[in-house]
Amino acid sequence: MLQALEVTPEVIEAEKHYREMGLTDEEYQSIVRILGRRPNFTETGIFSVMWSEHCSYKTSKPLLRKFPTEGPQVIQGPGEGAGIVDIGDGQAVAFKVESHNHPSAVEPYQGAATGVGGIIRDIFSMGARPIAVLNSLRFGQLTTGRVKYLFDEVVHGIAGYGNCVGVPTVGGEVQFDDCYEGNPLVNAMCVGLIDQKDIQKGIAAGLGNTVLYVGSKTGRDGIHGATFASEDLTEDSESKRSNVQVGDPFMEKLLIEACLEAINCDALVGMQDMGAAGLTSSASEMASKAGMGMEMNLDRIPQREDNMTAYEMMLSESQERMLLVVEKGREQEIISIFEKYDLEAVAVGKVTDDKQFRLLHNGDVVCDIPVDSLAEDAPVYHKPSKVPAYYEKFQAMPTYQPKVTDHELMLETLLAQPTIASKEYVYDQYDSMVQANTAVAPGSDAAVIRIRDYDKALAITTDCNSRYIYLDPEVGGQIAVAEAARNIVCSGAKPLALTDGLNFGNPDKPENFWQMEKSVDGMSSASLVLNTPVISGNVSLYNESNGQAIFPTPIVGMVGLHASVAHITPSFFRAEGDAIYLIGETNPEFGGSELQNVLEGEYFGKAPALDLQVEKERQDQLLAAIQAGIVQSAHDLAEGGLAVAVAESLFSSQGLGAIIEVSGDATTALYSETQSRFLVTVKPGDQAAFEEKVENAMMIGRVNATGKLQVKQNNDDLIHLAVTDLEARWKGAIPCLLKSKA
Amino acid sequence: MKFAVIVFPGSNCDRDMYHAAKDALGQEAELVWYQDATTLENYDAILLPGGFSYGDYLRCGAIASTSAMVKELRVQAEKGTPILGVCNGFQILLEAGLLPGALLRNKNLKFMCHHEGLIVKNNRTLFTTDYEQEEEISIPIAHGEGNYFCDPQTLEQLKANNQIVFTYSNNPNGSIEDIAGIINEQGNVLGMMPHPERATEDILGSADGLKLFTSMLKNWRESYVAGA
Repeated sequence: MLQALEVTPEVIEAEKHYREMGLTDEEYQSIVRILGRRPNFTETGIFSVMWSEHCSYKTSKPLLRKFPTEGPQVIQGPGEGAGIVDIGDGQAVAFKVESHNHPSAVEPYQGAATGVGGIIRDIFSMGARPIAVLNSLRFGQLTTGRVKYLFDEVVHGIAGYGNCVGVPTVGGEVQFDDCYEGNPLVNAMCVGLIDQKDIQKGIAAGLGNTVLYVGSKTGRDGIHGATFASEDLTEDSESKRSNVQVGDPFMEKLLIEACLEAINCDALVGMQDMGAAGLTSSASEMASKAGMGMEMNLDRIPQREDNMTAYEMMLSESQERMLLVVEKGREQEIISIFEKYDLEAVAVGKVTDDKQFRLLHNGDVVCDIPVDSLAEDAPVYHKPSKVPAYYEKFQAMPTYQPKVTDHELMLETLLAQPTIASKEYVYDQYDSMVQANTAVAPGSDAAVIRIRDYDKALAITTDCNSRYIYLDPEVGGQIAVAEAARNIVCSGAKPLALTDGLNFGNPDKPENFWQMEKSVDGMSSASLVLNTPVISGNVSLYNESNGQAIFPTPIVGMVGLHASVAHITPSFFRAEGDAIYLIGETNPEFGGSELQNVLEGEYFGKAPALDLQVEKERQDQLLAAIQAGIVQSAHDLAEGGLAVAVAESLFSSQGLGAIIEVSGDATTALYSETQSRFLVTVKPGDQAAFEEKVENAMMIGRVNATGKLQVKQNNDDLIHLAVTDLEARWKGAIPCLLKSKA
Repeated sequence: MKFAVIVFPGSNCDRDMYHAAKDALGQEAELVWYQDATTLENYDAILLPGGFSYGDYLRCGAIASTSAMVKELRVQAEKGTPILGVCNGFQILLEAGLLPGALLRNKNLKFMCHHEGLIVKNNRTLFTTDYEQEEEISIPIAHGEGNYFCDPQTLEQLKANNQIVFTYSNNPNGSIEDIAGIINEQGNVLGMMPHPERATEDILGSADGLKLFTSMLKNWRESYVAGA
């Protein structure tokens, strides 16, 4: 019945129907040139999703090329389902971050759930067993009913899906700022472990080989999801609810096991997840990467609903589906594996050598286009860029120097700020321990997953302080990478590589594009200095609601390697008598700080400065000290500065207290967010060795057994509070906000 | 000693259970796909792992409890073979009627995952002899439906027969009488919500679960000697 709506190629052109699918007039004309004729309805749809920003990166490509992507540790850089790095012993880790922002804004539970499902498929499609998931979430303030609903449902969605598939959700971050109110960010990162010999690629090689469709049936859900993700959210985004897919984690769990069993069978040639743009992108990309063509008979596609058109099948984003290419004649070997799990596995096509993407439906050829034109010939745009007026204004401002008089009140206030407060409410809902490898659970600087049977472990983190990036995208971009590396180092691991989740506003606005450019520049220079190449990533643009863009939010997901499990270092204080050191000097830097947020309710001025060489030296020295076994705990200084870091370090250490002495301007000492600083504790007997190894380390106090945090300046107590009271505020803040009436 | 770890579609703690028996305890263990064995005759103990069998659709454990594998479990339960069901495995044992009672949603209606203190209420079962009576141990929980419930008569029986094996020191989920784990009257089928297999090595934050497995081993050795 819907077929009746499919207009002819002539009408598509005359009435510009392609515009509704997201294609511009110029793009449509170049399709006509490529084909030498007008595309039909199905072909127009296929081009529109493949050329959408989400699939083609047509706007971001020129920027992504700037990222350093190589290094001796890199086995697979950007371009496959996920990047892969070497971790020794013939093993490797595959990882990637992906966004599901737009779906989560309209249908938070399913949007978040299918975001998790999609990124997990990216990992096992490489042949890797998923061993950890992290989530990087951004919301508006937890004061409106709508934001509370989005927050709760996103968390439920992640829990509902992740817990069921049996991959531990081990970390991530949640931050709150006004700019995300209408457009929350939901980015999920997955890490997988693989033996290097088992690495799979999404290629459709071998003339005549069979294309196998496995997993869930195709329904009408998610049609045009990639296009939806490539436009601004508006008031009628609610009507796009039907664009959001529905996840089935049980099906995903079966798919994981079946696919990982299938990689042991050498009849398998290639495997790819049907993610954004579903069957269209997986099939055409696999063929294009192999330099081949593909022909599929859509009559054979397992269908959930009656009378589905070719257009609907090709654009559906139904979840839990994979496309496999298997050696001709050996299909049954693979099909049997899927039958064990009661999964559908159907031969739907074959690999051809004419480089055409040809689809048959009800006896007709409904699509016949050069396959490379979909994956490789998408237009590339060099958007105009313009320095925003706000940036020039902020740069010209005099240094912002706040003055705090009641430090006890301020510390209590900062600890209850949702961005700083404990996220236990969130992560307690996630199974963080399944697979029994979680050595450091959520709540620390980085999560740590041990590698079974070897004396090594992985540190994993996601980070991005978008306030700094808003104030200064280049420096902020550097800070995002540096902070992720700091978290990895504090846990005792060496940073290996990163995946980026670039979330920005509408790139057609030159000011937004400038933010993108500059943040990528900043991330690139930091990645180079810190030796953490960018091995995979995702771009999500058009994050605006009602014309207002989010802060530029390029999330950094980073993985590091512990050379021995003995190096795993907690972020909290451990024993009475340990010396407390602050590594790094402190300057009055409050632009984008949590203190500025509390005092002014907005962010302005300059972002904190960063010297990448200093950052690298400090990280190397601290890591060397940790590896030498002379560091008891290490925590990076982030939002809220020293005061918050010291308090946080006391929260897991039952009964311990600390006394520290500050000098100079107390407001600066306690709350400045100067970069490249660490809070470290050292046993008394190791102090001399530590001071020798780590420059710029000043002893500022000692851990004691008082159960109190005492901050002194000269002979005055600036702060003297019970740790249990501080911890209660820190832990209670988010549950309290959720309970209070909007 | 040879353990069978039963794998249903959707089980997700099967490997954890396998490694607990194989690596932490150092015994033989095999993953047994629910359709691949008609008999469990050749195993000395059976482990039902946690997870979401059949996606927890219908009710947790309900669909798995109707499988042919569960028929075989009944045979083994009858014969006295030690059977340990953890989390979803406990839910399956309840749905199958091998243990009394039911599990409801947690009282806060949310999934929860963290370490909990447990009290060993009966250290004379074949699963708990290596613990002290009233010993407090730390074992992780990870469940959305772990709120144990039963009628008053059943509760009386559980108490009278010493069938309550573990209780929570700080009840997280609303379970009646803080119950975390119960055993059948015969004393060979233990069901519990907390995950001892996730607490078998210090690097995981607790090794308190290991004694449950060492108890099983010790009792198997003794019965083996007695039997021979």
